[in-house]
Amino acid sequence: MAYSDKVIDHYENPRNVGSFDKNDPSVATGMVGAPACGDVMKLQLKVSDTGVIEDAKFKTYGCGSAIASSSLVTEWVKGKSLDEASSIKNTDIAQELALPPVKIHCSILAEDAIKAAIEDYKAKRK
Amino acid sequence: MKFFEIFNLKPDFDIDVSLLSQKYRDLQRAFHPDQYASGSESEKLLALKKATEINDAYTTLKSPVSRAEYILKENGLDISHETTTIKDPSFLMQQMEYREHLEEISDMTEPYDAIIEFEDTLSAEQVELQEKISRDLRNAHHQEAASALRKLKFIVKLQAELERLEDQSGQL
Repeated sequence: MAYSDKVIDHYENPRNVGSFDKNDPSVATGMVGAPACGDVMKLQLKVSDTGVIEDAKFKTYGCGSAIASSSLVTEWVKGKSLDEASSIKNTDIAQELALPPVKIHCSILAEDAIKAAIEDYKAKRK
Repeated sequence: MKFFEIFNLKPDFDIDVSLLSQKYRDLQRAFHPDQYASGSESEKLLALKKATEINDAYTTLKSPVSRAEYILKENGLDISHETTTIKDPSFLMQQMEYREHLEEISDMTEPYDAIIEFEDTLSAEQVELQEKISRDLRNAHHQEAASALRKLKFIVKLQAELERLEDQSGQL
């Protein structure tokens, strides 16, 4: 299958790969997995006291599209508020990366990772 | 359930795969296009249709994942093309660790022992999940069976990756 240039770029030079300490109260961790392909994605957000995402890191085991989707998301969420980040849609990701229909689930995975991270943050703040 | 009927097997997740394979070979021979070489066009077409059906049924029932998917689908729960993500943190954390371990193995100069050990770990998980799927399907707990099946897919994927590593390391 032919990957788009943007997917290849993110795959070969993934942005923000790595981890934060998940026990740090300002760190939100979202873990999601796609049973269809066995991909696993971890997205972590470093959130300021005012609710702005200062930094993001990811670790994804999966195909090129899954890696590119999570890499792109870490770039997109930086500087956004949690509410703004939660409005990122999988269709935006799929469109930006020109994902073919069979790889749409990779963008869904990335969207769900943001949501899971935000939920984790809210649960931590309670 | 049609696919089980083709092989005259009781519809159940726990099947004797060697018996299935034996019945498959017998049927394959009986409906082989060569047997119908002198038959009419409609007979040939019918035999071809039957042969295709036998192949589909065999491929579906042979592997535990597609067998469980088929039983669930026949019970009105089709998860074969779903794009649902799973969010069970402890399961996913474990999957992350397994993937990291796979990376470690691929960097080893002598991975043999580590591969064997990891294979054992994964087979144990596979057996446990398949036993759960079997129990849940028998008790008609379809949602629970589906949830265990989703996990099984991750394990099967890891096993395939590990097998690929094993093939790559020439010393085995």
